[in-house]
Amino acid sequence: MSRLAVRKTYKLFIGGAFPRSESGRSYAVTSPDGDFLANAARASRKDARDAVVAARKAFPGWSGATAYNRGQILYRVAEMLEGRRAQLAGELGLGRAEALASVDAAVDRLVWYAGWSDKIAAVHGTANPVAGPYFNLSSPEPTGVVALVAPADPLLGLVSVVAPVIVTGNTCVVVASEPSPLAAITFAEVLATSDLPGGVVNVLTGRQAELAPWLAAHMDVNALDLTGVTDADLALRCEQEAAGNLKRVLRPVPEPADWTADPGLTRMTRFLETKTVWHPLGV
Amino acid sequence: MFEYAPAPESREIVDLRPSYGLFIDGEFTEGSGPAFKTVNPATEETLAEVACASADDVDRAVRAARKAFGGWSGLPGSERAKYLFRIARIIQERARELAVLESLDNGKPIRESRDVDLPLVAAHFFYYAGWADKLQYAGFGTKPLGVAGQVIPWNFPLLMLAWKVAPALACGNTVVLKPAETTPLTALLFAEISRQAELPPGVVNIVTGAGETGAAVVAHPEVDKVAFTGSTEVGRLIARTVAGTGKKVTLELGGKAANIVFDDAPIDQAVEGIVNGIFFNQGHVCCAGSRLLVQESVQEELLAALKRRLGTLRLGDPLDKNTDIGAINSAEQLARIRSLSEAGESEGAERWSPACELPERGFWFPPTLFTGVAQSHTIAREEIFGPVLSVLTFRTPAEAVEKANNTPYGLSAGVWTEKGSRILWMAERLRAGVVWANTFNKFDPASPFGGYKESGYGREGGLHGLEAYLDV
Repeated sequence: MSRLAVRKTYKLFIGGAFPRSESGRSYAVTSPDGDFLANAARASRKDARDAVVAARKAFPGWSGATAYNRGQILYRVAEMLEGRRAQLAGELGLGRAEALASVDAAVDRLVWYAGWSDKIAAVHGTANPVAGPYFNLSSPEPTGVVALVAPADPLLGLVSVVAPVIVTGNTCVVVASEPSPLAAITFAEVLATSDLPGGVVNVLTGRQAELAPWLAAHMDVNALDLTGVTDADLALRCEQEAAGNLKRVLRPVPEPADWTADPGLTRMTRFLETKTVWHPLGV
Repeated sequence: MFEYAPAPESREIVDLRPSYGLFIDGEFTEGSGPAFKTVNPATEETLAEVACASADDVDRAVRAARKAFGGWSGLPGSERAKYLFRIARIIQERARELAVLESLDNGKPIRESRDVDLPLVAAHFFYYAGWADKLQYAGFGTKPLGVAGQVIPWNFPLLMLAWKVAPALACGNTVVLKPAETTPLTALLFAEISRQAELPPGVVNIVTGAGETGAAVVAHPEVDKVAFTGSTEVGRLIARTVAGTGKKVTLELGGKAANIVFDDAPIDQAVEGIVNGIFFNQGHVCCAGSRLLVQESVQEELLAALKRRLGTLRLGDPLDKNTDIGAINSAEQLARIRSLSEAGESEGAERWSPACELPERGFWFPPTLFTGVAQSHTIAREEIFGPVLSVLTFRTPAEAVEKANNTPYGLSAGVWTEKGSRILWMAERLRAGVVWANTFNKFDPASPFGGYKESGYGREGGLHGLEAYLDV
């Protein structure tokens, strides 16, 4: 007699915990063939606000951690993800070989970004030779709380937008791919077991069109990454809302996006501020 | 206070024309909007009549810039560099003329226009001239964006033009620039300078006018890049306007900087820094140190020294070389400073100004400080953009950080202490784009400038300033 599997309840990931949506809502997630896979939580405005509160609370600690420490934790995330390789491959809605390759690429991307934690300042900061007796140095600092709308690619796309944001010290609230949110929640389990402080990454599943505008308008969010928004009207509305407190906005990336390409620095630098410190020279 | 005989700079060096047109495609042309007058804020005398660009005029300017873009961006960087070097040299050659004109149109003391604005303007063109043929080493690629629409404020008219135009041209963009309505004259003289430099027609176009003209520049569909310096309120409108387009935007907006003085700070130096922080350029400075945070234990000593120093500031004729504080730029700005200062009094802060005679004509406001200011007071929250300092106190470094960051702005901050580790500890925690430690209001083309939070985004100056004008 075959054994009946114990299924996982896919919940949200807020402040390091896995709550259900306060709204009590869920939505059915299906495979590309239309087979039922699971019910995912359908996050509400209140969940989004809770997530922003968690991200803000985590910001001083995470941005104040040493770059080395953040790099270590991201590398640990890669290790934990490697350990879930088989499980995640089953949640991507791809053929087995393609799915494994995609998880591998996500692991490798994390390793790549982990190394940037203590190097981005060396390539994006400057020593400025001003015309006067002053020490003058410009260094990158994290922007703050970043709201992200993840692209359709459920794991590699997600990792490719989250890793560059947090490696530099930002905290984030990410809206997972609406049709394929399961890998995002499993990835949250990876984060929860990687010594990443609670609240650094918060994952919401649900309707993009419902959640993104609340995050875009939220006055305690500093930046907005609209990468995964496919509806031009929604993107326009979000960018307009973002003007309310002058959020830094990364506009949508047209699908199909190639997440295997070299990411470059822009996903990190778009969510960095440059701070310039002056001090007189003298004895 | 010593008595000085008046030492006015001659205005003979400036050859003012009765009226000025728009500068489009290398020519001065008529504007189709209603011409407006620009006045000397120190005397209310009309200096000249200036054309107003309508949306159609802006369209003409953008088309000229578009037409010029191919040729300009196609030039080797080394050739663009030489044009910018030429411009920088002509600015140096005509520096006194530009400084006098700036002081006439803006009201700032000649000492500042001559010794701060103009040297920085020339230096900015020199700095970015040198980048034009070295872009491949900067890390942002070498592809320009296209036509840059630039809208600048009235507080540093020519310097803000330099901050906008120099990096844009170095990177291969062409420009449509709108100067502020109350200070268009040095931009129009710059147009003449660009002709002396034989800059190809259409590379720089200057459209004068008020908010509507600026809005037309920002909204024009053929503009690829919007750069704005001004109020946070207008910055928000611009961010909304460009939403959903492909336009790249940089915004340098308001501020409410904290200037933090610890009990071990050298008091005399700190007083000079506080004065420079808030009374430089009549406080018409987005990064002005408008909130003085003083450690409670030295409050009395510091305020006594500060008040003594304010008693020696000379307010009056901007063209007098002894003048420290010039005229407020416009009647409108004066009304705003007055109303915010009245709010300071009515909300319970204590107002103080030195004995200070104000000229009868023109727009003037005495150096003013408010003590007993709470964080909730309007004068501790809103940008006054005038010679008005709000004084607050703190006990611990953590409280200083908390109060300094308690603002939606994040443009600049100042720290005064003799303890090096405390400076770095503070500098790390202050959420501001520029931190001046034991100094204030220093600027240099090699040093990036720009804000956190609602003070805007993007940097001007330095290597970082190139990013704003390249297709990264």
